[in-house]
Parts: sequence; structure tokens; C-alpha cells
Amino acid sequence: MASLLQSRTPSLSFSSSLSSTPVIRPSAFFLKPRSGSRVPVVRAKIREIFMPALSSTMTEGKIVSWIKSEGDVLSKGESVVVVESDKADMDVETFYDGILAAIVINEGETAPVGAAIGILAETEDEIAEAKAKATSQSSSAPPPSAPKVEESSPAPQVDAPSPAVAAAPAPTAAPSTPGKVVATPYANKLAKQHKVDIGKLVGTGPFGRITPEDVEKAAGITPASKSNVAAPAAPVASAAPAAVPPKAPSSFPEIPGSTVVPFTTMQAAVSKNMLESLTVPTFRVGYPIATDALDALYEKVKPKGVTMTALLAKAAAMALAQHPVVNATCKDGKSFTHNSSINIAVAVAINGGLITPVLQDADKLDLYLLSQKWKELVEKARAKQLQPNEYNSGTFTLSNLGMFGVDRFDAILPPGQGAIMAVGASKPTVLADKDGFFSVKNKMLVNVTADHRIIYGADLAAFLQTFSKIIENPESLTM
Amino acid sequence: MQSAISLSLSSPSTITRSDCTVAANVYLCTPRSLRFCGLRREVFESKSFNSLSVSTRLVPRSRDSSFNKVCAALQSNGTPSKGGFDYDLVIIGAGVGGHGAALHAVEKGLKTAIIEGDVVGGTCVNRGCVPSKALLAVSGRMRELQNEHHMKSFGLQVAAAGYDRQGVADHANNLASKIRSNLTNSMKALGVDILTGTGTILGPQKLKFGKGGSGDTIITAKDIIIATGSVPLVPKGIEVDGKSVITSDHALKLEFVPEWIAIVGSGYIGLEFSDVYTALGSEVTFIEALDQLMPGFDPEIGKLAQRVLINPRKIDYHTGVFASKITPAKDGKPVIVELIDAKTKEPKGTVEVDAALIATGRAPFTQGLGLENINVQTQRGFVPVDERMRVIDANGKLAPHLYCIGDANGKMMLAHAASAQGISVVEQVSGKDHVLNHLSIPAACFTHPEISMVGLTEPQAREKAEKEGFEMSITKTSFKANTKALAENEGEGLAKLIYRPDTGEILGVHIFGMHAADLIHEASNAIAMGTRIQDLKFAVHAHPTLSEVLDELFKSAKVKVNSSSPIAQPVAV
Repeated sequence: MASLLQSRTPSLSFSSSLSSTPVIRPSAFFLKPRSGSRVPVVRAKIREIFMPALSSTMTEGKIVSWIKSEGDVLSKGESVVVVESDKADMDVETFYDGILAAIVINEGETAPVGAAIGILAETEDEIAEAKAKATSQSSSAPPPSAPKVEESSPAPQVDAPSPAVAAAPAPTAAPSTPGKVVATPYANKLAKQHKVDIGKLVGTGPFGRITPEDVEKAAGITPASKSNVAAPAAPVASAAPAAVPPKAPSSFPEIPGSTVVPFTTMQAAVSKNMLESLTVPTFRVGYPIATDALDALYEKVKPKGVTMTALLAKAAAMALAQHPVVNATCKDGKSFTHNSSINIAVAVAINGGLITPVLQDADKLDLYLLSQKWKELVEKARAKQLQPNEYNSGTFTLSNLGMFGVDRFDAILPPGQGAIMAVGASKPTVLADKDGFFSVKNKMLVNVTADHRIIYGADLAAFLQTFSKIIENPESLTM
Repeated sequence: MQSAISLSLSSPSTITRSDCTVAANVYLCTPRSLRFCGLRREVFESKSFNSLSVSTRLVPRSRDSSFNKVCAALQSNGTPSKGGFDYDLVIIGAGVGGHGAALHAVEKGLKTAIIEGDVVGGTCVNRGCVPSKALLAVSGRMRELQNEHHMKSFGLQVAAAGYDRQGVADHANNLASKIRSNLTNSMKALGVDILTGTGTILGPQKLKFGKGGSGDTIITAKDIIIATGSVPLVPKGIEVDGKSVITSDHALKLEFVPEWIAIVGSGYIGLEFSDVYTALGSEVTFIEALDQLMPGFDPEIGKLAQRVLINPRKIDYHTGVFASKITPAKDGKPVIVELIDAKTKEPKGTVEVDAALIATGRAPFTQGLGLENINVQTQRGFVPVDERMRVIDANGKLAPHLYCIGDANGKMMLAHAASAQGISVVEQVSGKDHVLNHLSIPAACFTHPEISMVGLTEPQAREKAEKEGFEMSITKTSFKANTKALAENEGEGLAKLIYRPDTGEILGVHIFGMHAADLIHEASNAIAMGTRIQDLKFAVHAHPTLSEVLDELFKSAKVKVNSSSPIAQPVAV
């Protein structure tokens, strides 16, 4: 080790050049072997900073700390990052001038020798491009340790490195306190670590300063240091929907022989959504609907490829058109967001998961087109090829367990929507009319769960009444 | 060491650290010393001068002369000195520098007095190094107990650590008063006259002391040493109220622990306080006028220290800015620190915090000394001196029989440097020329882990090498490779040696790591003694100890000359 430390140069420099061609496919880009095939002719503008081999035995290195932050201007020879090897911590310098566009491997994480740990852009213009590379890089890498805000936040980061950030040499770690944002040193550190925009927080500390707790709250972490008392059902009332309630207590008794299977990505998303739904005050209204006429219509249109799902979606969409409030969303707890289109999401169970393909503009398409569309969506869902806007653009959700004989159930309102309809099975029921005559008719129970912040009991009752009229007189569905 | 021995002889009832020194010395000299050590107090108490003969019998012959000298010293301190002076030596200021000079003066047979207007011990003992070490001892333990990961790696489980502020403050205060009484007793025991009041120079070899006014006593002395020390420097625009805007004087009392404190200045004092405050749960914002934190340190050590002592802690910083105005907290408002750019003087915003600690350095305390009476002009408050600490007057001539040591001359503002300068002056006035090599004086910052250094920094050495045209080399060793450091789970650290490969001369040593402050002395002694690296390579270090970090450091140096004197003479073992 002595020989390593004795070297006169205080630190090592590692950096490789990459072509500046726009991002192809991330996987293709990064899996390409970095060997002799690289052509030196390429004008290198975006470069990787990669994990150096600090000793002959080193196979992977741990990032001790990033000396520079994203957006910092680097000049040749400056130390950028500190890497820990088996023997010592070494500063890694850059060979090139440029701007540190993105950090791929965060502090405390490890990467194999030769792997990209950061992206260096030559000019500001290339920052966005470099960032895109970094994003794809990190998504192809092992799951990042901080999954919280990442999906939603990269957007503002991309436009951020405007001249203001890039031009300043920015040697200070502390923000130059623009305006009146006062955050404590640790709060600043946490915000940087968790990529929380400190300017958007409201401080709860003395003199309105932003405390570390405020940042942790915004990042959805529970302060572990404060106490180990878990408060499972204490979601932050004021926080944006990003707030995730605290982790459940980890002290469940262990049952011998049990196995632990981690969630798949889809299951994790479901879990996250379900927890989020706890922050919405919901209520439920049930309604019995006679389905003889609908069943008769279904028999008629079935040969033409129309499914019951399409029929119900169409009926719901038509009813929603008359009761737009039920199609609205409450995003911030302060206002109604009225949606211009009626997009019916339909819950579908799919090998161990749950997904909600969306029938967009369900009120405008006719029944046959809708059925056609639905068929396509189901096929795509099976092949896992649904595009994000095909499963997350719903404004109202339909869940039909009736097909399994369930006579009534209660659905959980997905975050970001105003209402969800749970449809039970249609069953022959003995009915007495007002003249005292008995008859047997098919009836189903629908149960709507809604966000009471924007949708009140009367709204839902009126909507269900309309829905019931459409189902009981289904001719309009085919028009 | 000799003064220590004389102390225990004349003041048998006082137990001080010096007593232990005697015991240790004697233990090294003779195998029978253990019994001697146990008997020491009784023997000394019953018949002090008989016991002297006992001890002389026990130590080897070569020591006899020094013991005779002790006797002489004890006697001569009471005798009037030649030339009609009241004293041979009068020292103004009983800080660590004055104390060191006084002890050495008595040993040299000088009749000595020390004038102190405040409390014995000065800044170091009462408002500086000593109480801060008590606080840092607490912070070190807090850090360890709070570091769950560290504890877990030892296999230890510790419940959440907490602290009682008053208890911590009391520890610091008790330590200061204990050291103060040790210092006072050690001087009293030697017969140094402690004169209370402010000392003022009236003319050459003449001064007065007292509370001011007509009650003052005029005395004459053959030689005078100014050792008045320094006070915290508070830049213009900063209002110190002692509560929310404080200096180290107030901070050491630890009257409250703010949630967020701004520390103006990131030198030794600021850094040590950031260590204390963050361990006690505060968040810290550094305000540094230079472009880099820790400007006084070797850049590489500073960089590593920042990585370990600043970045992972709840600390942020503004560099290249002055705190142009600091308003204490009042009327329900926080402390407001206004920043301006250090170069352009443009406003750089404000920082609102719960408290601000001014650690911008120290200003010499030389007012009221009567320097005008002997035509001496201070420079920014400092008393100008030559390399022998002789005071230079306004005409560039030496002021006769007047010396200045310690912070008041500004050469090296460290307690032990003051003491070393004092001893150097006493050597000179007792007829032996002596020039102190300031490059051999170590310095330490007691953070966790500690930082220590001696000699030149890398840029200084580079400059010197270029100017004088010699080659310079650097070698480093890491604590990560040291067994003891790893056993303690404290592998973070670096030792750096700057040297001349052509001669093997040590130019500077810088250490960052566990117990760095204790480790530096091997290097500083080598510089002081002129020991070369090629010789140090043969010195043996106990295994496994942290001292092996230095052992490895010396061994890794590539010196082009061979050992000067491998083993000069056969040694009986």
C-alpha cells in the first residue's frame, strides 16, 4: 500500500470519452463493450466518469462522497469524487473541463471498476442529454436505494441548469440564501440527498425556518433518530400526495416456516398506491339495478364482439357525462380539477398483479369501437406492453367482480381519481311492486366509493340514478 | 523535569502531576524505586532535607549535579540579587508562558516575581485550551455513543445517549479551576512572588503594579518579560452580547446549546467548537473569509478533514465572505448575520441563526503596559521582537532588558510556544544564548479525530525548496493500514511527511487521525534535535500501537544518504 500512497500525484484521474450521438436505447448504449472498438474520431462532448481501479486487487469501489454536485462547473485536474478502495480513500480527478451533469452512483453506493459513476457534459446544452443518459443508466442499474421521489421529479431538474447555475463557479456548499428561504445546514443536506426542492417547502421550525424534519416529511421518510415509536396511521394531512405514511411496525411475530417474497415492481406500485389512498376521506353509496334489459341487449350484441365490460364502461361514461363532478379529481385538497375527457379505467387481475387499462373518451366512442379498443388493451396488458398513458390516465375506475359471482363489494379509491364503481353479480331476485305483485327479475348491486372532499352524497345518488336508468333502458348504449 | 523535582521537595503536601514525574524518573533509574515511590510522601513530609540525601543516593552519579543545582535554586530564590534590583526577573502575566518562564527562572537561580491582574493561568487554563478539552472529551464520547454503526461493529449495544448541559459545563469549569490551582501552587511552592494587579512599565528595568492610582508599588528588575497574552478578536460591526453572539470565552461556559449556531472563522477554535456543538446536537454554519475552510492547515489534510469533520456532519459553510454585521437575538428575532463578499464587498445575503460564535482569531492584550515610556510602538497591537524575543523599540533598536513572549508578540499563538519562548528568554538572561526553533513547535486541533502538525505545510515547503534550490519529497501513510487503529475501528486518517531526500531532514509532518495530537511529538522532537530520517528508521516502535503510523511513515521515506551513525558505541543491555 505504501507504493500506492507514495505516488507523487495526489490523486488519480479517470474519465473516458463517449460519442455524442443522441441516446439510442439505454441498454444498447451501456452494454456496448468499452474495448478497442471505440473510434477516437468521435467528437466527445459527453463523457463518463467511471470507477477507477485504485489497486490491482480492486474489483469494485465505494463512493465515499461527491466533492462536486450536479451542475457544478469542473476544470481539468479538479477532484470530483472520493472513492474508497480496500486500502485508502482516493480523490478522483477529471481530465476534462465541463459540467458535472449527473451523478449515476450516489454516495455510499458501490460500483464495479469501469462502471460509469457520473456524467460530464462539455457545455450546458448537453446537460439534458447527459441527464437522460444518467437516468437510463440508473434505471438499468440495480434499483436505486431511494425510490421515493425519483419517478416524479427529474423533470424540474432537467430545466434547472440554466445559465444561473452553470455560470457560477459555485465553490460554496451552502446555497447563497436567495430570497427568504431559511433552511438549517442539515435540512439543506437532506434536501440535496433526497432531491427535495427546498424552495417549495414550508418551514415549521423557529422563525419559519425549514428543519430537517420538514425535508424528511416531504421526502416521505420517517425520522428514525427521533424515536422508534411507529405511528402507522398518522399520515401527514397537509402534505402533497407524495407523502407516504410511516413504515408499518416491523415487530410482527415470526411464524416458523414462512417465506418472504419481495414485491414485484407492479406489486410495490399497488402497495404504494393503496397506502396513499388512506389520505383520502372516502364514503360509499350502493344502488340496486335491474339488469334484464341489459342482459337481453348483451345477448344481442355479444356476437358482434361486445363484452359486458364495454357495456358497463359505456354506461358509466354516459352517466358521467351528465354528472361531471363525479369525473373530477381533488389533487391538493383545495380545489376541484375537472377533467375534460371521460376515461374509464377498468381493473384487471393479471398474473399476481393488478392493472387498470384505460378506455379513453369512453363517452365519445361507440360501443363497438370501445369493445375493439378493450380487446387491444387486454392483449397489451398480458404482453406487458401497455404504455403509461394507457394505464394511468383514468378519471373513473370500474371494477367488476360480479363475473365471479360476488354479489357486492367495496372498492378502494385509487389516488388521483374521484370515484370508483364496484359492480356485483346480476342475480334473479324476487321483487314486489307497488301493486303487491311479485316478480322475479335480475338485479345487481353497484357500490361507488368516492372522495368526499369533492363528491357529496347527493352527487353520487344522482349519478347512480342516471346510471341505473341507462342500464335499465340500455338502448341508448348502442346509439 | 528538574523544576518538577524541586517542586516536590519543597512542597511535599501538594500532589501535582509533577510528583508523578519524579516517581517515573526514579523508577527509570533504579529498580528499588517502586518502594521509594510508595514511601515518598511520608519521607518528605517528616524530614524534607534528609530525604534529599536518600534520593541522591538512589539516583546514578550523573544526576548529582542537577540535584545540587536544585538546592542552589531553592536557596537563591530568597536571596536579594546583585545590582540593587528588587528582582532578577519580573514577568507580567501569569499565563502558561509566564508560568513556564517563572519555573525555569527559579531553576536558574533567579529571584522571580510574576504580576497578574486577573486569574493565574491566563487564557489557556481559564478560557482556552483547558476547558475546551473538557468539552471535547464529552463530545468525543457522545460521538462514539451516538454512532450506532460504530458500536454495532464492535458488537456493542448502547441505549440512546443523552447529556446534561450543566453537568458538561461543570466538568469544564472544574477542570479549569483544578489546573489553575495546580499552576498557582507550583509557583508558590518554588517561592515565586505572585504580585496582584496590573503591571505597567515605567522605564528601563523599572515598573509598577497594583490596581492603578496612588496605591501602586514600584519595583525594579534586572530583566522584564511581557507575557500578557491575547483576547478574542471581534471584528468591527459585530455586537457581542455574551448570550446569542458570543466568543470562545462565553462558549466555554456552555450556558446554552443552540439549535443552530453560526461559527465565524474555521481555524482551530472554530473547528473544535463545531465538533463540540454538533456532538451536542446543534447544527453549524461556518462563515470563512478565505476561499477555503481550515486555511491554516496543509491543504491535503484540510481536504481530508473537511471530508470527515464537516461534510458528514450537520454543518454547512459560506466561504469567501465576511460577516459584516451581526445583530444579537432580541425582540423575538433570531441572530442576523449579514454577509459581504470578502473581495468585492458586495452583500451576499444574510444568515439567520440562534447563536453566533466569533472565532476569527485573537488580538494581543498589550494596552496599559506603559510601552510608550520606553519608546516601543506596537504593530497592530503586537509587541515587535527579534528572534530572541528581545523587544524592538520605535527606532529599530533593542529595548534593554525587555522581552516579550507568547500571544503578545504574535510569533506563534500557542500556549506551549509561549512557554518555550519564556524558557528561551530565561536561558539568555542567565547567560546562555538560545534561539528557539519555531519550526519544531507542534500544533494540534482536538477534533474527533484529531489534527496535528509540525514544521512546514506542503505549499510552504515547496516554496522554500524552490527558493533555496533543494529537492523535496512527500510520503504518506494511512491509518487504514495500522493494526491498532483498525482494532479501534478508527481507520480514517493520514500521516504525511515532507522531507529533503538529499539530507533526510524533516521539513514538516501533518497527521489527521486518532490521537494525532499525541503522535506528533516524535516528529517535533526529531526536528528540535535535528534527528534525520535515516536514523529514525532504526527507532523501534511497540506493536501494535498507533505510533507505527509514524514508523511506517519514516520507513517509507526515500533518503539518498545512509544512516549517519548506525550505532555509535556499544551499549550494555
